[in-house]
Amino acid sequence: MKGVAVTGMGIVSSIGNNLEETLDSLKKAENGIDFPEIFKTSHSHLPVGEIKISDSQFRNLLKISPGQAYTRATMLGVFAIRQILDNTGMKEFSSDTGIISGTSVGGIDYTERYFHDFENDPEKRKFIQTQHPGFSTEMIAAYFGLKDFVSTISTACSSSANAIMMGARMIESGKLKRVIVGGSDCLTKFTLNGFNSLMILSDNKCKPFDEGRDGLNLGEAAAYILLEAEDCIDDKKVIGRVAGYGNANDAFHQTASSENGEGAFLAIFKAMKKAGISPQDIDYINAHGTGTKNNDLSESIAMKRAFGTKIPDFSSTKAFTGHTLGAAGAVEAVFSLLSLQEQEIFPNLNFEKRMDDTALMPVTQPKKKKLNSILSNSFGFGGNCTSLIFQKDE
Amino acid sequence: MSRIYINGISSISPQPENIFEGGGIEKYQENVIPALDQDYKSLIRPIMLRRMSKAVKMGLFCSKKALLDAMIDLPDAIMVGTGQGCLQDTEKFMTSMLSSDEGLLSPTSFIQSTHNTVGGQIALDLKCTGYNMTFTQNSVSFESALLDAMLQFSTENDLSSILVGGVDETSHAFTGFQNLDGQLKEKSTGNIDLLRSKSPGTIFSETASFFVLGSQRSGNSYAELKAVEIINSIEVNRIEETIERFLQRNNLNVSDIDTVILGNNGDSRYDTYYHEIQEKLFNDTAQLAYKHLVGENNSVSAYAFWLASKILKEERIPRVFKLNDLNCSQPRKILMYNQYLGKNHGLILLEKL
Repeated sequence: MKGVAVTGMGIVSSIGNNLEETLDSLKKAENGIDFPEIFKTSHSHLPVGEIKISDSQFRNLLKISPGQAYTRATMLGVFAIRQILDNTGMKEFSSDTGIISGTSVGGIDYTERYFHDFENDPEKRKFIQTQHPGFSTEMIAAYFGLKDFVSTISTACSSSANAIMMGARMIESGKLKRVIVGGSDCLTKFTLNGFNSLMILSDNKCKPFDEGRDGLNLGEAAAYILLEAEDCIDDKKVIGRVAGYGNANDAFHQTASSENGEGAFLAIFKAMKKAGISPQDIDYINAHGTGTKNNDLSESIAMKRAFGTKIPDFSSTKAFTGHTLGAAGAVEAVFSLLSLQEQEIFPNLNFEKRMDDTALMPVTQPKKKKLNSILSNSFGFGGNCTSLIFQKDE
Repeated sequence: MSRIYINGISSISPQPENIFEGGGIEKYQENVIPALDQDYKSLIRPIMLRRMSKAVKMGLFCSKKALLDAMIDLPDAIMVGTGQGCLQDTEKFMTSMLSSDEGLLSPTSFIQSTHNTVGGQIALDLKCTGYNMTFTQNSVSFESALLDAMLQFSTENDLSSILVGGVDETSHAFTGFQNLDGQLKEKSTGNIDLLRSKSPGTIFSETASFFVLGSQRSGNSYAELKAVEIINSIEVNRIEETIERFLQRNNLNVSDIDTVILGNNGDSRYDTYYHEIQEKLFNDTAQLAYKHLVGENNSVSAYAFWLASKILKEERIPRVFKLNDLNCSQPRKILMYNQYLGKNHGLILLEKL
C-alpha cells in the first residue's frame, strides 16, 4: 500500500466547529469571514476568520480549570483532537501515540495580554511559559495523557504541513506506530499587527488568484489528523493516505516569494516524486493562495512551471477561513481529505477576473469530479515551501 | 541503515572554543550570561549584520564555520532547533505594538520574529534551496532536529550532507519573565559553583552549535551519530529503566558506555534526574557536565554534542568538564542526557570512528 494511512481527523475554524459543519460550509460555499467580536484589537475594521467561541467557553467545554495554563491556540488544538476520538469511537489514544504540532506563535496571545501584569501579579505568571510553541504542544499532549513523543515545528505558515510530513516520515521509518499531526494558531494582536505593518491585509474579503486581489484576511483554526502504521489499522476506516511530501526553500527573501516560484516549484516536484506520480496524475490542487499580490503570482508561476499548459483544477480555500497561519497546512489537509471523501472540489470564493500575468482560472463553484490525488501547498516566511499529496485509499 | 558521520562542528557560547585546548575559563556572577562576541564580520557582511538579532548572527556564523570545518560549500538540507526562537525581535515588535497601542509599526522586527528566521537566513545566505526545517520543543528542540536529520538520511538516497544545529538567545523582558517564573536563581551564584548550588533555578545563557552531518566519512570526521530519542515526560524513579531501554534498543549495555555527558544545571528541584543515574546506573562511568561553564538554555544540549564530538576525535577529556574522578583514557561511546524542568528529556548516542 502506498502512503501513510490517515485514520482520523478533527477541525475547528471560522466555518465550523466540527467536520460536519465544515463540510456543510464548504459545499454551500459559505465563508466565515467577518469583523472580530471576541478578538480584541484596535484594527476591528479588518475582516478576520474568527471562531465564535470565547476562551472561557472553551475552558468550560473542555473542562479545563482556570488554574491550568491553557492558551487559546492550545484549547483549539485540544478541541480539534478530541473530535478524532469522537469520530473514530476510540475512548482514548493509546499511550504510544506521538504528537507533532505546527504553530507560528503558540501562546503569544496571553503574553501580549499579560506583558505588563507578570511583574506584579503572580497569578498570571503561569502564562509565562505558555508563550513558547513547544509548551502549547505539551499541554495538548498532557490533556490526552500522552507522555512519550512530543515535538513542535514552527516554520511560520507551513508549520502544520511540515508536521504532517514529519509524522509521515516517523511512521514510514517505524519510529512511531501512531502519531497525531497538524497545527493550531489563534488570532493575536502580534500577528494581526505584524501582517498589517507589512501592508498585506485586505480591508475586504480576500480574493485569491484574482487580478484585483489586495491582501489576505487572517483567521484562526486548529486541525489534526491521526496517522497510523499499516499493522495498527485493523478494521479502522482509512480516510485517505499521505502519499507524497516535499519541502524546499525559496532562498530568495525573508518574507517575499521569488518571481520564478523556485521554492514552490521544487516542493511540488519533490512531493510528486515521493508519491511516484506524474503531473497529469494530480486531479486537484488546494493552493496556498493567500490573496496577496506576491504569493498568488509566485504560486501561479510555480504551478505553470510544474504542470506546463495542463494545470489541474485548483482553488484556494483561504477565502473561507482566512489565512490561519501555522494551522493552514493542516486545515487544508483536512479539506483535501474531505474533497477525496466527497469527490468534490471546494471553490475559490470571491473570484472575478483572471490575473493579467498568468491568466489562470481557479475552480469557482463546487465541482463534483473523480479525485484520486490532491496536491496541497503551504508556504511560509523564511522561504519555507511545502507540498503534500493526499490520495484515496485503494 | 546508513551510517551518519559528524564531519564539521562549531560552537558559540559564554566560553571560548579553545576551552577544550586548555584555554582560560570565563567566570560569571550574573544569572543571565551572553555568548562571547565573535568576529562576525569575518564571515557576514556588515550591512547584513546590522539587521541581525543575536540568534541569527550566532546561527549563521556558526553554520558557516561548521561548513568550513567540513569543507562543504552547500549542504543538502538545513535543520535548526530553537526552544525560544527569535526572542529579541519578538520582544522588540511586541513592546512597540503595546506602547503604541497597535499604532504604526515597522515590519522589520516582525518578519524576523518567526522561529524559522535563523534557518531561513542560513538558506538565504548559502542560496540553499534544499529541505529546511525548524523545531521548537523546549529542551529537545535540537534533538528533534537531529532526529529529522537521521530520518532524512534513512529515507532520501541522494543526500550527502546536512547542516543541523541548535541556537537560543536571551532578551531583556522575556528572560526577565523567566526570572519571575522562578526559572532563574534568586541570588548570584556564579557559573563555576552552579552545580554545587542547593537552591531552585539556574543561570540562563545564549549559545549556538552547528554541525555538518554526512553520509560519507571524511578526513575530518569527529564521530558517528548512532541514536537520538526524545521523551516528553518521565518520573524520576523511571529514568534509569528509560535509559536502559534506550541502550537495549541500540544493542548496548550500561557498561558499554564509557562517558556520560549530563545536563545538570544546579536547579535543586530537577537535578535529581541526573543524581539518580549518577549514583546508580553510571556509578562506574566517567561523568561530565557543561552548564556550569555555558549556562542553561533550550538548545544548549547542542553544546554537549559539540563537546562529545571533540572528545571522541581527540580522545581526551578536559578536567573542567568532569563531574567525578573516574578517568576514561579511550572514550568510545558517549551518551548525552538532558532535560529541563523535569520535562522534554533527550538522549543522544555518539560513537568513536
